Amino acid sequence: MSERTELLLAIADDELILGWRNSEWTGIAPFLEEDVAFSSIAQNEIGHARALYELVAAELGTTADELAFDRSPEEYRSAPLVQLRRLEWARTIARHWLYETADEIRLAALKSSDDPEIAGLAAKMDREEAYHRMHADMWVDRLLATDEGRTRLEEAVEELWPYALGVLDDALRPELVARAREKLGQTLPEAEPIARGVHEAELAELWEEMTSVRRSAPAGARW
Amino acid sequence: MGGDDLGAALGACRRAVVTSEEVWEALAEIPDPEIPVISIVDLGVVKNVDVADGTVCVDFTPTFLGCPALDTMRLAMEARIAELGATPDIRVHLDDSWSTDDITAEGREKLRMAGFAPPAPRAAGKLDLVQLERGFRCPYCGSTSTRLENLFGPTPCRSIRYCDDCRQPFEQFKTI
Repeated sequence: MSERTELLLAIADDELILGWRNSEWTGIAPFLEEDVAFSSIAQNEIGHARALYELVAAELGTTADELAFDRSPEEYRSAPLVQLRRLEWARTIARHWLYETADEIRLAALKSSDDPEIAGLAAKMDREEAYHRMHADMWVDRLLATDEGRTRLEEAVEELWPYALGVLDDALRPELVARAREKLGQTLPEAEPIARGVHEAELAELWEEMTSVRRSAPAGARW
Repeated sequence: MGGDDLGAALGACRRAVVTSEEVWEALAEIPDPEIPVISIVDLGVVKNVDVADGTVCVDFTPTFLGCPALDTMRLAMEARIAELGATPDIRVHLDDSWSTDDITAEGREKLRMAGFAPPAPRAAGKLDLVQLERGFRCPYCGSTSTRLENLFGPTPCRSIRYCDDCRQPFEQFKTI
């Protein structure tokens, strides 16, 4: 597998798994607006995953659906940050902000890629991601505005920080550190990144659910 | 055709010389599957039409990557081109060649008439909440005393706004 394919597959897996996690708020978010917001963000992320899988599929001679659903859980390259199931609001917002910020840094690098397919797709994704970032920023500001909100967000960021570091490679990581210091204004723990290749137990549970419909149908079923 | 029985075959051949104008006209009749008041040509997603040797190549850039209407649009274009007697070749470009600035003036007016505020033009620089929170015109009463209720809406392309004058929630096509 080429370096290009490995990179695209890792990002596609991040977007698919996080899209799935975001969709877990559908129907049960604390406010109707957030129910709509997280559902819509999930739809965007899964759309990005599909576009990325299509680029990979063209190179590997497979399909986006096969890449999304027919691999075993161990074959996914998603960052452990997106694998975690965190149905608690402050943690959801912390993960949302940390991921979207890391993703912005990563997309900025991809937009200047020499590969026109990668640069073009990254620019298109970034237009949509701008809305995710506005949403994440708005929620961080809202939580930081009260003592309870700040305390809960700080605890969540502290827990998730090593995972957040694992989204980016060594070259891009310092920018995430700088952005997090500036926005969150808290002391960030010294930690080793929990990097790709680690598979949280929660990923296997997600995979069971995510692939259940496809596995229930014989190969070649038309939807 | 002189009254013989070759008319049908000649008629079928005639369709093979479709022009790009005819293709544009045919595509302009395809409604957006989710906002059917506007056509896919109004939406600006059809970037180019090329006709050569009975094949019609259409360059098409999706709006939002997660939009489920994309496959429907592609299939509708293929069907219309086949009806014109040509072979469709729809080339989907997953790049930055579409933004809401590509919606035609006519398309924007059709959106407004259907109760959707058209997207704000893209400002230079970064899109931010301050730009989106300003008072866009309510498509129902024309008031600008409106506010952003939710960046996200029932489909990826829409935000939800509220008009403080006529107390009507309405949707706005997101600027991207």
